[in-house]
Amino acid sequence: MSWFRREENNIEGSGEGRVRTEGLWIKCDSCGQVIWKAELEANLQVCPKCGRHFKLGARERIESLLEPGFELADLELMSTDPLEFVDLKPYKDRLKKAQAETGLNDVVVNAVGMLGPHRVVVSAMEYSFIGGSMGAAAGETLARAVDRAHDGRMPLIIVAASGGARMMEGIVSLMQLAKVSAALGRLDEAAVPYISVLTDPTTGGVTASFAMLGDLNVAEPGALIGFAGPRVIEQTIRQKLPPGFQRSEFLLEHGFLDAVVNRKNLKEWLIRALDFMNRLPAA
Amino acid sequence: MSLVHYNQMLKLMSDQPGTSNPPSQQEPVSPAWLRTEQARHPQRPDPLAFIERIFTDFSEIHGDRAFGDDPAMICGMARFDGQEVMVIANLKGRTTKEKVHRKFGMPDPEGYRKALRAMKLAEKFGRPVLTFIDLMGANPGLGAEERGQAEAIARNLLEMSRLRVPTIATITGEGGSGGALALAVADRVLMLERAIYSVISPEACASIMWRDASKRALAAAALKATAEDVRALECVDDIVPEPENGAHEDGPGAASLLAEKLHWHLNELQALQGDEMLKRRYEKFRNMAQFYTAG
Repeated sequence: MSWFRREENNIEGSGEGRVRTEGLWIKCDSCGQVIWKAELEANLQVCPKCGRHFKLGARERIESLLEPGFELADLELMSTDPLEFVDLKPYKDRLKKAQAETGLNDVVVNAVGMLGPHRVVVSAMEYSFIGGSMGAAAGETLARAVDRAHDGRMPLIIVAASGGARMMEGIVSLMQLAKVSAALGRLDEAAVPYISVLTDPTTGGVTASFAMLGDLNVAEPGALIGFAGPRVIEQTIRQKLPPGFQRSEFLLEHGFLDAVVNRKNLKEWLIRALDFMNRLPAA
Repeated sequence: MSLVHYNQMLKLMSDQPGTSNPPSQQEPVSPAWLRTEQARHPQRPDPLAFIERIFTDFSEIHGDRAFGDDPAMICGMARFDGQEVMVIANLKGRTTKEKVHRKFGMPDPEGYRKALRAMKLAEKFGRPVLTFIDLMGANPGLGAEERGQAEAIARNLLEMSRLRVPTIATITGEGGSGGALALAVADRVLMLERAIYSVISPEACASIMWRDASKRALAAAALKATAEDVRALECVDDIVPEPENGAHEDGPGAASLLAEKLHWHLNELQALQGDEMLKRRYEKFRNMAQFYTAG
């Protein structure tokens, strides 16, 4: 008799008589409605009830824009942890975990393919990989996308989703902003079109570099876009921020975006813009 | 991720000259943290002190021609041994009143746009651009967001990478994140021996990664932001030596050591032919901080 000790063998249920529903439904944090996940996926992660835009993964983003038959590129780059950074956990462990969870080596996924009639380079960021933060691997992957666009004279589209520079790479991450911006300067000299697509969230060093440097800047509805994070600003000014502050519509109103476009119309919008901008014979 | 804490600035404000900002007794101290304190030492010469000693005939120009004139950023024409140059710097202010006026050296978008305007002016008339940096970061305020802080910084990064005149950036004290980088995409980036250059302040890093701002000494060490560390990572080009006990003990000595380095680098840049300087600048930033492997 073990009144005070747990028996070794826990009682096991048969597993039958119970239907697994977990993971099939999701509650929209905007309208509070319960949505069937498959329906959400079919709708490009946009709430069918209220139009709230959920985050879209980098690979799903590329699939949503490019015609079938596109090629992924530069997937092999990964960080070497130059600072050997350790906070509460070693950065190396965080990297391994993120790699295991996402199946990616780092944040940025490049692709070359057709966007309607235009052969383009698309770079998309995976927010679920350490907050989409940009370190040496992401910086180089983005710079390679810019180089591909430059050398192949193909329009470039970067879809940003990032908290900013990756703190665990310190000064190395800061230098990536300069690297990508310099590459974009060269692309600009060559008059190759660059469209920046800003999605929820785009903040910090990513906004303060390539995301704001498009020939055209376009955002999805309701995306958080800014330099400093809202909490930092609230701490600084010691008051609550007005509703809608740093959202796409706010940036449009203040003149920093060319358009706010629904995800389902984004492809069409990009093709329309490239029809205007793309006069390049492909190299 | 440029976090800035006003309460910390208020602490800096209350500092008496000659005393730095010692960590509390319970707090562990790291050599990196001591460096951070030296970089912020109230007696350390600010960019204006260096400008006054290194240049003659400094003549300030104002305004971004779009919104206003940012007192956290100063630009002006100056002579460097008789040679016309454009000088750009940010200033934290010396007295309490001035610190408030200059927003503790944290520029707003109009400050970065003024700086870019000054750079373009220098480019038009073929004059070198020398920048001096000492700031915690760009201003994280409401107005700064409304007026496009991110866009202003981004524009400077791009435009500086292709400015057609020699550019030298010097981090004299604190080089704080994107706000510093927006003046530092230069042919030569120099750091004073006791300066720091980082993606985030140790305090902000501690409160995010350790969820405890008092872990700043640990964060300072982890960030590897001292001049030697940043040079070892090849993110700056040269370290400017300081007098034996530091620039805060000997301002004039520090200024003459910096002037020497500026001369040397400017002469090198001016000896380059044609587009060589631009090509090298582009290659430098394109190939900088290559800390990745192909997995």
